[in-house]
Amino acid sequence: MSNIPENVRYTETHEWVRKDGENYVIGLTDHAQHEMGEIVMVELPEVGAEATKGDSMGGLEAVKTAEDFYAPLDGEVAAVNEELEANPALVNEEPFATGWLFTIKASDGSQFDSLLTAEEYKTHIGE
Amino acid sequence: MDKRTPLYEKHVALGATIQSFAGYLMPIKYGTIKKEHMAVRDSVGVFDLTHMGEFRVTGPDSTAFLDKLLTNDASVDNGKAYYSTMCYPDGGIVDDLIVYRIGDQEYLMVVNAANLDKDWAWVQSHLQGFDVKVSNESNETALVAIQGPRAQEVCSKLTDYDLDSIGYYEHTTGKFAGVDALIARTGYTGEDGFEIYIKYPDAETVWDAVVQSGEEFGIIPIGLAARDTLRLEVGYPLYGNDIDHSTTPIEAKLGWVVKLKTDKPFIAREVLEQQKAEKPARYLVGMKVTGKGFPRHGTPLYSGDRKIGIVTSGSIAPALGQAVCLGYVERGFQKRGSELEAEVRGKRIPMKIVKIPFYTEGSRK
Repeated sequence: MSNIPENVRYTETHEWVRKDGENYVIGLTDHAQHEMGEIVMVELPEVGAEATKGDSMGGLEAVKTAEDFYAPLDGEVAAVNEELEANPALVNEEPFATGWLFTIKASDGSQFDSLLTAEEYKTHIGE
Repeated sequence: MDKRTPLYEKHVALGATIQSFAGYLMPIKYGTIKKEHMAVRDSVGVFDLTHMGEFRVTGPDSTAFLDKLLTNDASVDNGKAYYSTMCYPDGGIVDDLIVYRIGDQEYLMVVNAANLDKDWAWVQSHLQGFDVKVSNESNETALVAIQGPRAQEVCSKLTDYDLDSIGYYEHTTGKFAGVDALIARTGYTGEDGFEIYIKYPDAETVWDAVVQSGEEFGIIPIGLAARDTLRLEVGYPLYGNDIDHSTTPIEAKLGWVVKLKTDKPFIAREVLEQQKAEKPARYLVGMKVTGKGFPRHGTPLYSGDRKIGIVTSGSIAPALGQAVCLGYVERGFQKRGSELEAEVRGKRIPMKIVKIPFYTEGSRK
């Protein structure tokens, strides 16, 4: 069973989103990192880049597969996790903590409320 | 309904990630791919490769039959093995395979699991005119591979046979872990190692004996994912990725398994002779990724604005710590040291053509 903390929201494309002051922190879910296997490279967006809900913001490369990750909210990229350049495996090891991907300064915070709850995400992945 | 190998329960008990592959439920990985990969490079690992297909060819015309069907020369000594391609009349590849010569009139062909039905039909369709019998032993033959620099130390405890006397691509039949086996010094990893062919009911005995014997060397089970990174790191082509019906052995740099120097007739001989003389329009090359990114199967390759090829395999090479690829480029662009670019998600990634194998420290004898 995957770790699905209740203090964050989720997307159908397997990002988690946590409100952190003005910004929203985004990462890959435990379920998704487990499905992908060992992440060997993370391609991050540029700080300041425009984010439109549903747009690809970067990519994750595992040994056997590659997946894009997407903006869960409209806004602009406020920060990216540069630690992942040197240590992409953090996405596997601590997906909800040191393995975060990027943050967004949202232009419409109400979009956060329409994201999936832990319970809904659990149903989405069939657990 | 997917088939289970006789070692399926072992894989489940070991916590393997199991997926359907070529009609079998196979272990993809047990822990992490990197750890499994490095165990084979540094010490030793054990693989269940029971999904591979085995056809036994017997009868007075065995050599002539294989010489017709396969591009490589079947006239090897008893106890030797050879790698070959099997081609369609247009030069495209039906499959690549290893053939063990068991006796004057007996060979064992080992084919890719994903091609089993197609290969069997192909072999059957060429029997006419040859005094041979071919039997499909795939559903009764298990294969346990022990690969890595410590493989011989693991195996020597399990057989009375002097393994030093079995050279690379040689084999013998004898007792292994107390059961009847074909013991071969072959593999797909670039390391020294053995492949042990046994009957289904003996698979567990052999697996358990190997695991126990390998304990002092830190042996671990290796899944199909690491098998793929191991073969790519030494530049071995994989059928379905790097070679298929649309590629010829000449294009794939497998000319060394096409017996053009003999006078033996074989399927596609004229086509391949002509292609070799005229030079093919494209070649398979090895590439190192010099920029940041991971080109994969199907990624286009460019020289400037011109699309000049395509990636057929791409992954991280764990022992090298960087991404490597196999792919086809147009003739004229295959020179070692040439720089080109792959396009991934609209971004250009610099690549350089390098010598295969990428990894050159293997213990292969």
